[in-house]
Amino acid sequence: MSEKNKLSIICMSGDFDKAIAVFTLASGAAAVNYEVNLFFTFWGLDILKNERGRRFLGKGILARFFNFLLGGRNNLPLSRLNFGGLSPLLMTGLMKSRNVATLTELYDAAVALGVNFYVCEMAMHVLGLERNDFVPEVKDVLGVATFLELSKGGQTLFI
Amino acid sequence: MTFVKTKLKLELLEEGDTLEVLLKAGEPLENVPRTVIQQGFEVVETAHVKDDVHRVVIKKP
Repeated sequence: MSEKNKLSIICMSGDFDKAIAVFTLASGAAAVNYEVNLFFTFWGLDILKNERGRRFLGKGILARFFNFLLGGRNNLPLSRLNFGGLSPLLMTGLMKSRNVATLTELYDAAVALGVNFYVCEMAMHVLGLERNDFVPEVKDVLGVATFLELSKGGQTLFI
Repeated sequence: MTFVKTKLKLELLEEGDTLEVLLKAGEPLENVPRTVIQQGFEVVETAHVKDDVHRVVIKKP
């Protein structure tokens, strides 16, 4: 029996448009029966926080300010032409009006199709966060070596 | 994303159930029937509805 196809994505960006790319690829691959592993690190952790809005999260004053400024999934900026956070709202409206899946719909589809979410242990500590600061869909908190082992034998992308 | 939405609905089907999807001509109409067949489903009907919209009926065998 042949092994299942596998796609692993290192999700470093916390940008709205790049998150759309991550979840479009992930849900599309999972829909055609790929094993999909998403490894969220640094700014990418903002996408997986339980608190989707701006909150002072984490241990230590600097970490709390960082997490407040990052803003959570509801405040992901566009990588270009962000216009102070207005553009992601306009972009979401545009996507809805053109019957294109929004970030929330893509995220939900990825969850429903069994995409695996992993959090980078080092980045989690840098930002002063803990496992329970993230959504329950997170399968595990990993280091690089374990992620490399998981992604072995498949395709790996960095976004 | 059209296939993703279709797949989520297909996962709810019992054996013998059918799913009707409306697909636009072009990539969705080419991709969705091809991929569902690859995944073991049957395309039992394809019909033009209007303009570039087509109805495809998929059955879980």
